[in-house]
Amino acid sequence: MVRTAASKRYNWRVVWLSLFYAAFLIAAVYGFKHQLVSTGLKYVVALLPALPIVGIFAAIGRYLVEEQDEYVRMLMVRQTLWASGFALSLATVWGFLESFELVGHADGYYVVIAWFFGLAVGGGVNKLTFGESGSGC
Amino acid sequence: MENRLRVLRAERGWSQQDLAGRIEVSRQSVNAIETGKYDPSLPLAFRIAELFGAPIEEIFVSPSRRSSGAI
Repeated sequence: MVRTAASKRYNWRVVWLSLFYAAFLIAAVYGFKHQLVSTGLKYVVALLPALPIVGIFAAIGRYLVEEQDEYVRMLMVRQTLWASGFALSLATVWGFLESFELVGHADGYYVVIAWFFGLAVGGGVNKLTFGESGSGC
Repeated sequence: MENRLRVLRAERGWSQQDLAGRIEVSRQSVNAIETGKYDPSLPLAFRIAELFGAPIEEIFVSPSRRSSGAI
């Protein structure tokens, strides 16, 4: 893993956003399970765990803008392309299988899980081709 | 892209880290350029050339000239 000033800032942002995600998710699940959320606030509470995840995507974009080392930036771009290709391919395949009732329904946010898994795949491919995984994983 | 970066660096007794600091990139970037795994952008190639006081074509071997056997 290559450590640059921009990648350190990126890692800190991801750590904080992950902590917010865990806190919001626990609070939302608890609130809904114990019927503590009023009807008017249901959409807001349900969306709370999604916001830090959206924030992580924004953090990745900001990292790509801030990264001054073009080689390290290229590694991250490759990782995100692998992640996008992996997640979108999986979503497409699953979508058709689901349409023909061959598999069960999967919630939309599983695409995000696949995307982050794809980020790790991209890091592995970088490691094999360049000897460095990059900053993103 | 084939290049003479490792030779030029060795002539000055610089480590990859030393060179990385001088051209403001990571050591991994220097290694990737030296081993031909990564081709630097034109601005970075100019920065390297200016550091060594040599034209770009004296440091980096043009792929087209290389394939035609001109070098």
